[in-house]
Amino acid sequence: MNRAHLARLVGTYGVLIALVALILFGWLRYENFLSPFNVTTVVRYNSMFALVALGMCFVIMTGGIDLSVGSTAALGSVAAALSSHFGIIPGIAAGIGVGVLVGAINGLLVTRANIMPFVATLCTLLAASGSALLLSGQTSVPVSSTSGFISIGTGALWIVPIPTAVALIAYALGSLVLNYTATGRTVLAIGGNEDASRLMGLPVARVIFLVYLTSGALAGLAGVLLAALGYAGQPTEGVGWELFAIAAVVVGGTLLTGGSGSVITTLAGVLLLGILFNVLNFENGEGWITLSAAWQSVVRGLFLLAVILLQASLTRSPQKKKV
Amino acid sequence: MTVNAPGRRLDSFDVLEFLARYGTLIALGLLIVFNIVFTRNFATLQTLNVNLTQVCTIVIVATGMTLVIATGGIDLSVGSIMAISGALAPLIFLSPVFGDNIALGVAIAMVAAISAATLCGLFNGWLVAQFRIQPIVATLVLFIAGRGIAQAMTNSNLQVFRVPEFQWIGLGRPFGLPVQVLLMVTLVVVTAWLLRRSRFGRSVLATGGNERAAELAGIAVKRTKLAVYAISGFCAGIAGLVVIAINSASDANLVGLGMELDAIAAVAVGGTLLVGGRATIMGTLTGALTIQLVRYTLLANGVPDAAAMIVKAAIIAVAVWLQQQRRV
Amino acid sequence: MVGGPALARGTSMADGLLLSMRGIDKRFAGIPALTDASLEVEPGEVHALIGQNGAGKSTMIKVLTGYHRRDDGDVAFDGKPFEVSSPQQAQAGGISTIYQEINLVPLRSVTENICLGRETRRMGLLDWRAMHAEAERLLGRFRVKVDVRRPLMDFSTATQQMVAIARAIGFSARLVIMDEPTSSLDEQEVAVLFNVIRQLRADGVSVIFVSHKLDELYEVCDRVTIMRDGRTVRTARMTEISKLELVSQMLGRDVAKTEGQTTSFSRPAQASDGEVVLEGRSLAAGQSVHDVSFRLRRGEIASFAGLLGAGRTETARLIFGADHPRAGGLSLDGKGFTPAHPRDAIAAGFGFVSEDRKLEGIVPEMSVAENMTLALLPRISRNGVVDEKRQREVVNHFIKELGIKCSGPGQRIRELSGGNQQKVLLARWLAMDPKLLILDEPTRGIDVGAKGEIQRLIRSLADSGLTVLMISSELEEVAEGADRVFVLREGRTVAEFAGDEISEDRILAAMAQGHITHEDPTR
Repeated sequence: MNRAHLARLVGTYGVLIALVALILFGWLRYENFLSPFNVTTVVRYNSMFALVALGMCFVIMTGGIDLSVGSTAALGSVAAALSSHFGIIPGIAAGIGVGVLVGAINGLLVTRANIMPFVATLCTLLAASGSALLLSGQTSVPVSSTSGFISIGTGALWIVPIPTAVALIAYALGSLVLNYTATGRTVLAIGGNEDASRLMGLPVARVIFLVYLTSGALAGLAGVLLAALGYAGQPTEGVGWELFAIAAVVVGGTLLTGGSGSVITTLAGVLLLGILFNVLNFENGEGWITLSAAWQSVVRGLFLLAVILLQASLTRSPQKKKV
Repeated sequence: MTVNAPGRRLDSFDVLEFLARYGTLIALGLLIVFNIVFTRNFATLQTLNVNLTQVCTIVIVATGMTLVIATGGIDLSVGSIMAISGALAPLIFLSPVFGDNIALGVAIAMVAAISAATLCGLFNGWLVAQFRIQPIVATLVLFIAGRGIAQAMTNSNLQVFRVPEFQWIGLGRPFGLPVQVLLMVTLVVVTAWLLRRSRFGRSVLATGGNERAAELAGIAVKRTKLAVYAISGFCAGIAGLVVIAINSASDANLVGLGMELDAIAAVAVGGTLLVGGRATIMGTLTGALTIQLVRYTLLANGVPDAAAMIVKAAIIAVAVWLQQQRRV
Repeated sequence: MVGGPALARGTSMADGLLLSMRGIDKRFAGIPALTDASLEVEPGEVHALIGQNGAGKSTMIKVLTGYHRRDDGDVAFDGKPFEVSSPQQAQAGGISTIYQEINLVPLRSVTENICLGRETRRMGLLDWRAMHAEAERLLGRFRVKVDVRRPLMDFSTATQQMVAIARAIGFSARLVIMDEPTSSLDEQEVAVLFNVIRQLRADGVSVIFVSHKLDELYEVCDRVTIMRDGRTVRTARMTEISKLELVSQMLGRDVAKTEGQTTSFSRPAQASDGEVVLEGRSLAAGQSVHDVSFRLRRGEIASFAGLLGAGRTETARLIFGADHPRAGGLSLDGKGFTPAHPRDAIAAGFGFVSEDRKLEGIVPEMSVAENMTLALLPRISRNGVVDEKRQREVVNHFIKELGIKCSGPGQRIRELSGGNQQKVLLARWLAMDPKLLILDEPTRGIDVGAKGEIQRLIRSLADSGLTVLMISSELEEVAEGADRVFVLREGRTVAEFAGDEISEDRILAAMAQGHITHEDPTR
């Protein structure tokens, strides 16, 4: 077994093993860790992050990056909240709609104007954030209490909270697209070698555009959930979501340089980072040590560090040593 | 492949080239003229002060960022490093150990805070130089963890203080000039000089301009990369101290939030190549001033801050697009 | 056009050619890259395309595959005019190219690399089972059995090439262009590749085979087209042309013709016997250096001669510490020398002008002065501050001395002509007052005037005691310029000539045959 092979195994299964270990740890140590209340709370709130991370996962697999997802979600939540007064469907449509719009702009900036992805999406980050503040008048916008919009956040399908169900469906679809459509495979081929993909006759520009569009749409959808869960459109939310999403994608074993990745392990990455936070809360409850909420980001950062160091040391090919 | 590179290069005057080179400066000039004519009370010392004060920390951070970008890198962690520096300093000078000798406390606090920030930068550089991790990812680690460290140090509590000896760097006015402005000017001048005249500056530009050629010419590429990230951390450390001094308070949740974007924007608008190899500190200063003045102009004329953000986004996109055209 | 049974396989035209390119002209910015070039390939033949760097082989191929638009000439494929504007269209039209740097996606599976772009679907979704089977079937034709689910990068370069070929066949290619396919293969892998090529030929697929390894051409090719300076100089059956003829036509040196001075070099009457400065013993590294030995003497121009891929540049990089040998060693002034980094070589007094000015030489955004003093920085700065006055002195001195044409020391180097850029790079090392100067293709891509100047300069440097190691693909430059020539062939030193022993014939013979035949230059 060579190093590259090992790297792949660690990348794919490492996060799953870590996730299972963390859940086991929590279950053994804390009484209510696997209680229905705790479980539904964790999966309900992390579904927003999961959606954003899914879009990010596709973008990163092409070798790009999308920094605008957080403020797009904020914009989506405002648009959804404002439109929720016309009914559930208009609310959802408005949230996703603005996301698609931002995604389309990103896609055009990257494929047409040839602006580096991180700069292009930095611009739309600012623009989306400004738009959210403008639309909302700088404060949170209450959602309609009569149209039933809130049920998107609070409701459940059997025992699965609706946000979680939405995220699960999105991941199932994402996994299907990635593994069983030509577009999905093209995403990976582009990230693996963009020039070669072009020479192979693959529709590179179109797929890159689609990927940013999807990321925007999913961020908009996350915004809809944000509005429903918080009972309000929140123009100042979403700060740092993009980096959480990137971290989740990387921890999930997707190569940051693109070309290799998995939708399912990205979900595991989101859960791992989310549950880590949950475990810290429980640990504080135990009273042995008091770790403030701040430590979650420290631990997340350390996690990211460990993963990228692992990726770097395992994927560095020994024969490619040119000055 | 240069299929047909020459051709339109031949004309003596290229509008895009001209705009890419002088666009920012022209924009800045136009903005000033516009304001003198239309904005009430623009040409006053107070307006100047307000604008300079607001732009100061951005310029300080962007100066370090310019060096990082000149090597072809990026530093996302500057905001978090500001938070660390801003959290650490009050912990030290407010501690009872120093009792009466507050001056000593302040001195130690400043040195410690800036050293910690520089160390953070070194850590970034180590990841980039030693492990060849993409800068955007390497600095993401501290971006996430850094603010957490700052929050953990202070238990996320707001640290309020009234220590004139310390706050002098944010509020002091020797010769009627704010200390922070002097600090900014000093940093800008020193760094611009460093970039232009020093061996280190050459190494920075050579590394960003053609890493393989630099390596073959004996330039210490790794050490250069380490150094620019360390300097970026150092600048962020100073900026963190300035911010808390002005606010008379340190809130680890807020200090430096979003600073990486402002700094990168200033560098990009200023005309430094984002892929490295060409950098201008004065350009960065101009870029930061332009962005600041656009915002000020819009606000002074009744446009909400949120709309100003959208304008800022458009300015960055256009600036980078122009830069792109020039390289073709 | 004639009908008949052959038309069913679509290979018929009046003259029975699969591909015919005639009278091809191509200019870049007014400078001709191809002039009245031609290339004709019969159905089911393996056709060698050879020529030196800049002879126009790759331009020819890029014209054919639609990467470049030709200025004039006709291309017919399969009897019909062939007009494409991109490699994708060429692929759809039946012409596939397999590049030297294999243009596949290493991270993705073998199946994806073969089938992406013409996927099998079932109910709208990818039918992996069918695609894996298809990939296995295509590779099976070449008796390659691999787990097609694994990423391409898990396999050897040879297998990756098979995958590229399988992809081409999968797209029903009728003509496969292989650009130096054997450059990174070992002997056994080459044998496998050749079997595949023979299999293709048996199936009626034609192959254009670009390579610099002569033995291979004779082993697998049916015919050869030789290009030089953008023209087609000869097309012949491999059986009708000797190695020596091949090489001399490629380099444009007529074996029979007596030579006249064509370069600006002059050589002292006898070989110098200065003390040995640097010695290399049985160096080996990577895929292209296997056994290289040499001794460089003070005040002498030594040269590595050899065809492309003979291991010349790779050896130079070993000397300069940019790469590290896996076997063998260097000694400097009689003492062991193991440079870990170019800095060590520079400290020992070495300079290295790379063959690739753009990629490894100039820093395009920097000025002439800054580029020139890049290596000198430690010496012209005090306490980290560049001494502008000394820099100005040095720069002005060399601008004058080497006649560098620029608007001033502050001009950006990317705005200079190739010749002047090269002079700046030479000055970068001359300013260091070096002991050994390694020049890799010092006159490549430079106009005639500047070329002469640089050649004269190199000689005068050697006369003043500097040791020069010059690598050049231009035979006359080596034959007329060098005091000592080491001939490299496929990673091994096969001959050494000094002083009057040096002649184009001998060098040619050694390059072509790998051993010295003093008298009979024909095979």
